[in-house]
Amino acid sequence: MLAFQILIDGFAVSALYALGATGFTLIFGVSGVLNLSHGAIMVLAAVAAWAAASMLHIDTYAGALIGIAVALVAAFATYFAVVQPIQKSRRIPNEEKEIFVLTGTLLWGIMIQELIAYFFTNNAKTVLPIVEGVADVLGVRTPRNEIFTAVVCCLVIALLWILVNRTRTGKAVLAASMNPRGVTLLGLELTNIYVVVWAIYGVLAGIAGVLLGMFLGVSSYSVGPLTASAFSIVVLGGLGSVSGSLIAAFVVGYLETITAYLISPAYRTIPALLLLVVVMYVRPQGLLGRR
Amino acid sequence: MAGIFASRLFLISLVVIAVAATLPLYVSGYVLGLLTVAYYFGVFAMAWDLLFGFAGEVNFGPTFLIGVGAYTAGILNNLYGWSVYICIVLGALASVVAGFVLALPALRVRGPYFGLTTLVAVLMLQNFVVVFAGLTGGEIGLTIPDVITIDANANYWIALGFMTISAAILYGLSQSPLGLVLQASGQDSVQAGALGFNIVKHKLFAFVVSAFFSGLSGAMLVFYFGTASVGTVVDVAVGVNVIVAAVLGGRRTVLGAALGAIFLIVAGEFLRPTGELATFIVSFVALLVVLFFPGGFLGAALSREARQ
Repeated sequence: MLAFQILIDGFAVSALYALGATGFTLIFGVSGVLNLSHGAIMVLAAVAAWAAASMLHIDTYAGALIGIAVALVAAFATYFAVVQPIQKSRRIPNEEKEIFVLTGTLLWGIMIQELIAYFFTNNAKTVLPIVEGVADVLGVRTPRNEIFTAVVCCLVIALLWILVNRTRTGKAVLAASMNPRGVTLLGLELTNIYVVVWAIYGVLAGIAGVLLGMFLGVSSYSVGPLTASAFSIVVLGGLGSVSGSLIAAFVVGYLETITAYLISPAYRTIPALLLLVVVMYVRPQGLLGRR
Repeated sequence: MAGIFASRLFLISLVVIAVAATLPLYVSGYVLGLLTVAYYFGVFAMAWDLLFGFAGEVNFGPTFLIGVGAYTAGILNNLYGWSVYICIVLGALASVVAGFVLALPALRVRGPYFGLTTLVAVLMLQNFVVVFAGLTGGEIGLTIPDVITIDANANYWIALGFMTISAAILYGLSQSPLGLVLQASGQDSVQAGALGFNIVKHKLFAFVVSAFFSGLSGAMLVFYFGTASVGTVVDVAVGVNVIVAAVLGGRRTVLGAALGAIFLIVAGEFLRPTGELATFIVSFVALLVVLFFPGGFLGAALSREARQ
């Protein structure tokens, strides 16, 4: 009974983690950017969906779409206002661009977080779920919303896989992650590929944010922990490896759920962090990472 | 040319410190308290800059070093009631040991992986503090029975003196042959290694020095506050502020980092009337500096100097 409960809850949490971390790792894999405003964009999407539903009184589907659209806009804003100016700047030496992008996106994330807190307060917000009620899965009473979350996450990840591996655009993205110079030699504009990746990222972060808002609720305080958890999942899986971060998301999700059920919810994040430390020492490039 | 500039910098610093030392005569205790914190914070930023600006290693976890120093000193004082000074020294030493343990394996990995390892260290420390709440005070914070002194002026002068001495040592180190080797290994470690320098040993040394000053400053800060908490010395957000301060003031300048730290804290205070928007405005200004003046305050001043 408890085993099934852990299995089901863990799956939903893991799927959500996986979705949140996928976009993050995709951007790093393709353009080498670690976007530290990730948590802020996810929370922004959830808060936008919440505000649209509770203030404009529109139905939850439209609210969710608005949340995703806002995340998309925020992702583009991050790229064009922060990341691209740093990458193109002549005054920043190339070997230091990484730290400047990190600092820049971090500050950008704090700005978004503060604006959310200013306009919508620090209170936790729960987005009205699209599906309500509970269902019986393997003898465990499970909220339908939890099943919905898991299903949507898996569907979106599957769609992403098809997009990246089976379409022309996706293949260009894949090629750019392997050899950017080779892609430009083939006559493809690297900036266009980056814009596509940021668009994919915005949609993924938006969906993940809205689902998180329905499943667990968000507040402007969740920004830091969300970025940190995406970060650690991506490190565990290997920077830039999408399949690695999917595996890592499930490892972390289940570790957390098992700890929360069997030991204590207070120690929830510790085993995953310990695992992270061990991996950093033994295999610093992560489970499936490239050096 | 370099000699002239060095002496001019020396004179300017001397004047600034002299003026700063007379502040207690005509500003309120509140302002002094603010600056006291800012000076300790300045040491955090300078210690970080030695590691990033010179050794080229991005340490995302300055608060790991700070926190270990701060909590070690605080816990020793709380448990055994040892004198404040012994606790501060032991705190700094604990930080050096922690820095050594962290750096030894972390330096095997390059670039972003080093930064990630240090970030994970902070998260571990944060969890440790919360889990062993009996020892550390947990999320509420650790109450520390002793303080350095309760006199606001004395506290201010101690912080100013500490920052000045730390700045002199760290700046001197960065300009010494050792600093040049560090800078070389930060910019091109392969070439620096080919010239016969032991890169790992030098970087380890930089890490240990950085850890020593971070831990020392962290320990002194908790004895000024009379309390240690995750929010003040361990949280990732504190580390972010240290990094922002160093980049804002001008990386690779050491002294700029202290300026950036003082600016961050004082600006935050000036913006207090704007209420919740204060952090937003500071972040916005910092982002503009990062985007348009990547050299930071001191970097901009130095390049103008160099052009003349």
